[in-house]
Amino acid sequence: MGLLSDPNRRRALISLLTRLNTPICIVCYMAGVAWFMGLAFEPFTLRTYMSENAMGSTMVEERFPAGERALATGREFSAHKKRTGGMPVEWLMKTMQAKGLEVFTQRFSRTLPFPDENKERYMVRGTNVYGILRAPRAPRTEALVLSAPCSPGDNNNQAVGLLLGLAEYFRNQIYWAKDIIFLVNEHDLIGMQAWLEGYHHTNTTGMDWSPLQGRGGSIQAALSLELSSDIITSLDLVLEGLNGQLPNLDLANLFYAFCQKIGVLCTIQGKLQRNDWDSVSGYSHAVQTMMLMVMKQASGRPWGDHGLFLRYHIEAATIKGVNSFRQYKTDATTIGRLLEGMYRKLNNLLERLHQSYFFYLMPSLSHFVSIGYYMPAFGLLAVILLLRALDLWVQLSTPPQRTEDGVTDIEPVRGTHFKTVADLLSLLTPLVISHLTGVALYMLPIRFQEMAVEHFPVSETEAVVLTAIAVYTAGLALPHNTHRLLSGEGTEQGWRVLKLVAVLYLAVLLGCTALINFSLGFILALTLVPVAAFVTPHVPKVLSAFILVILSPACTLLFSVFFFQELQEMPISFQDGWLLFLSVISQGILDHSLYGSLVYPLITLLVYPCWLLFWNILFWN
Amino acid sequence: MAAPLTLLLLVAVTVRAALFRSSLSELISERVEVVSPLTAWKRVIEGLALLDLGVSPYSGDVFHETPLTIYLFHFLVDYAEVTFMVSVKKNVFRKQKFALEADRYPLDCLELIRSPKEMYYIPLKVAMFYLLNPFTILSCVAKSTCGLNNAIIALFILSTIKGNVLLSAIFLSLATYQSIYPLTLCAPALLYLMQRQYIPVNFRRASFWWFIVQYAFMYLGSLFVIICLSFFLLGSWDYLPSVYGFILSVPDLTPNIGLFWYFFAEMFEHFRLFFLCVFQINVFFYTIPLSIKLKEHPVFLIFMQLAVISIFKSYPTVGDISLYMAFLPVWSHLHRFLRNIFLVSCVLLACSALFPVLWHLWIYAGSANSNFYYAITLLFNVAQILLVSDYFYAFLRREHHLTYGLYLKRKDGSEATLVLK
Repeated sequence: MGLLSDPNRRRALISLLTRLNTPICIVCYMAGVAWFMGLAFEPFTLRTYMSENAMGSTMVEERFPAGERALATGREFSAHKKRTGGMPVEWLMKTMQAKGLEVFTQRFSRTLPFPDENKERYMVRGTNVYGILRAPRAPRTEALVLSAPCSPGDNNNQAVGLLLGLAEYFRNQIYWAKDIIFLVNEHDLIGMQAWLEGYHHTNTTGMDWSPLQGRGGSIQAALSLELSSDIITSLDLVLEGLNGQLPNLDLANLFYAFCQKIGVLCTIQGKLQRNDWDSVSGYSHAVQTMMLMVMKQASGRPWGDHGLFLRYHIEAATIKGVNSFRQYKTDATTIGRLLEGMYRKLNNLLERLHQSYFFYLMPSLSHFVSIGYYMPAFGLLAVILLLRALDLWVQLSTPPQRTEDGVTDIEPVRGTHFKTVADLLSLLTPLVISHLTGVALYMLPIRFQEMAVEHFPVSETEAVVLTAIAVYTAGLALPHNTHRLLSGEGTEQGWRVLKLVAVLYLAVLLGCTALINFSLGFILALTLVPVAAFVTPHVPKVLSAFILVILSPACTLLFSVFFFQELQEMPISFQDGWLLFLSVISQGILDHSLYGSLVYPLITLLVYPCWLLFWNILFWN
Repeated sequence: MAAPLTLLLLVAVTVRAALFRSSLSELISERVEVVSPLTAWKRVIEGLALLDLGVSPYSGDVFHETPLTIYLFHFLVDYAEVTFMVSVKKNVFRKQKFALEADRYPLDCLELIRSPKEMYYIPLKVAMFYLLNPFTILSCVAKSTCGLNNAIIALFILSTIKGNVLLSAIFLSLATYQSIYPLTLCAPALLYLMQRQYIPVNFRRASFWWFIVQYAFMYLGSLFVIICLSFFLLGSWDYLPSVYGFILSVPDLTPNIGLFWYFFAEMFEHFRLFFLCVFQINVFFYTIPLSIKLKEHPVFLIFMQLAVISIFKSYPTVGDISLYMAFLPVWSHLHRFLRNIFLVSCVLLACSALFPVLWHLWIYAGSANSNFYYAITLLFNVAQILLVSDYFYAFLRREHHLTYGLYLKRKDGSEATLVLK
């Protein structure tokens, strides 16, 4: 308690912190970025290991023989799909029944708030078909799910074929202790959302679906399968789910262990693992892999059909077959054996997967960074905000003739009351106005689409996105003079108080975001913290305004789009990048209204208003 | 004075009404930070339903409110109005109370006394701190019965400060009846009333003991009447174990912002009784040292006691915290002596934001666990304790300066500083 009670030591510490504030902030920022980049360096990471005993020590033997037949079923499915022009419900039901499953269907329909131009859908109507293999060896209180999306065109037929093949094979085994549900969902995530809501009797997004007729036990784990060719070269594991949630690391470990055992090439973020971590190219490869994961997680959208399971506390991942031009080929039988092995191990689970990590980043499939290692990177950035806040507080609480301990203070004169009221108003006005702008940004795009379509030559989707951009830009012009309406000239004291509030607000906001979705919190901190640290009304206006705009949330998104393309080794021109940026905005809004992703409301209702406060401070006078 | 007060009231009522109408109220009334098993509106409804059916509301393990409350609600179901009335009432009473209290200080030495003008605004500030405190708003929108308890305690303080011995005793017994802990407030009440009637606090004086006996008689008498009234209304003693047993033995370990739940969830069963006693004695124990130290300043003692109760009680909610926070503007003359106020307010702010986040991660996402939530609870309570002890220190420091002068000199003439060791 010495620090808290001894005024001399306190004074020394505080004067140190205020005197060296700027250098400390710069050092912290660099250290934060360096720490983050260091996370991908292999000696700093941990090797993955299986934590769950039930899956670790038991041996299973994979015997799935019928890959070719599964592919034939897939071709049959494709033929029926073409004939019916959608999901061949009748055929699927008949086939699943023939394999000995209890088969049920679920119809659903959903009208999107505005047409989705990426997937070309607006009024969605579809049917999910699922079959339940009842567990012969245990009371049916738990279940596992294997799903394959029925995609339009020629995609994913092999996945459905393999799913049916596995169903037939699993049916003849006697060791199942959990129900296994084989699900073919139409319209990918929308169908999955309908099915999950039906299964759990919830309705969070206002979708229409018919109730499920058959149900298994509580779902312990789920895998979603995407295969589009008969022979594949590698399997890719997708982990990122809704709102950046990740499944338990043991699921990834399980996949990796079986790939090693069976000898299948496995990748994460489409990147193979390399052994030359000590070379520059090896390190940059790991950084790329990790950055891809960070970008995907930050987007907060489900990157595969598994993404929605995570919301229901079900560990899930998507396995994607990739057919590139490598020498190394894997056939359907091998993939079937891999899945069989994974399901047998999952079947052995005694409780939900909980032993391993839930918060992690993966620079490669065999290495991971846990929350304890990556949080300091964020912490170093967040400390800057606290230091600035402390600095401001000291400035505010020490007018010229005052020492820290308050003893030689001159009593504030009468009349201070009115001054504080004026201060309070000049503080409240920007706060309220920027939040109202945020609310407008959140509400208007969807509300105004019809009007916009009537008056301008744009499609609905464009209307929504352009309205969003228009409101966003209008927000820049609108509030930065408003505090003067009420309180006259802005005072020196006034902006300090506003900045103190804004800095603390940002710190709390980023802290909470980073806990739920580290990547999003970190990317926002990377861009917003410098803004928060340097903005005052006394810096050169034009230059700072430019920097502020560059570091605003929308520009961050724009850069992220380019950076993401760059990481995927698919660089694009500015024109395409801009189009992609627009479609990303529309996808973000759709993700929010369809699946309840929180990124869009977070940015519009909290982060953007917070950024506007800094914009206000810049134009204080 | 009246105009800003009306404005404030309007704002407060509007905010509550708006939140009440919105879909958020459902969400808020489920939050563990806002309602405890004792004060949840949902449980009151359950109790009412049982009463309507002619079943004892205390059968089963749902309802833990006191019988009078349930009968009160039996007749006044429109709770929102009640809460509004209560807050309005409290507001007005507070105003009077501090207008009265303001008379006490001008004896103090020059630089440290508050100007009458500042005094004039204190009731308004108190009203503002209470009515616009997000914690109060949350607990009102959640229809927590905590508002009622707060109102009774506020009435008790008011009547004490006005010097009305009988009313003070009655309200104190009502508050005790609601939730045992306000019992510790009898010490400051006694001290204050004696100060008013110029009775010295001296154990050898008969007048001192006579006053204590008088007060105790009034207090116990009204408590007896209330308890018997509850018995006759219900026709059984069911409510005693269900209300007071529930408060004292803490069987419900639903997470909340207090310190009990995690500790008792983790503990081996055979230590439970021992630690239960330790924890409960802890709440009451501070009365003795604090009343010895703050013998001359019963109003500050009330503040300290309220804070101690709301930190260490078995089912605390944010509504309890808002009650003692409403007192903070009264001590605005201490602000220059506060040392950690910035740190503490940052921590309190961050914790309040982190509560729902970590709850989400623990309960819904399943990726965090109870340790995360309890860590924040601990931090929150540490911050509260720091806040209170900071005020305590500042108060003592001010007293010191009042006796020894503001500018201390060392023997050699240089400026001295005070160090707390």
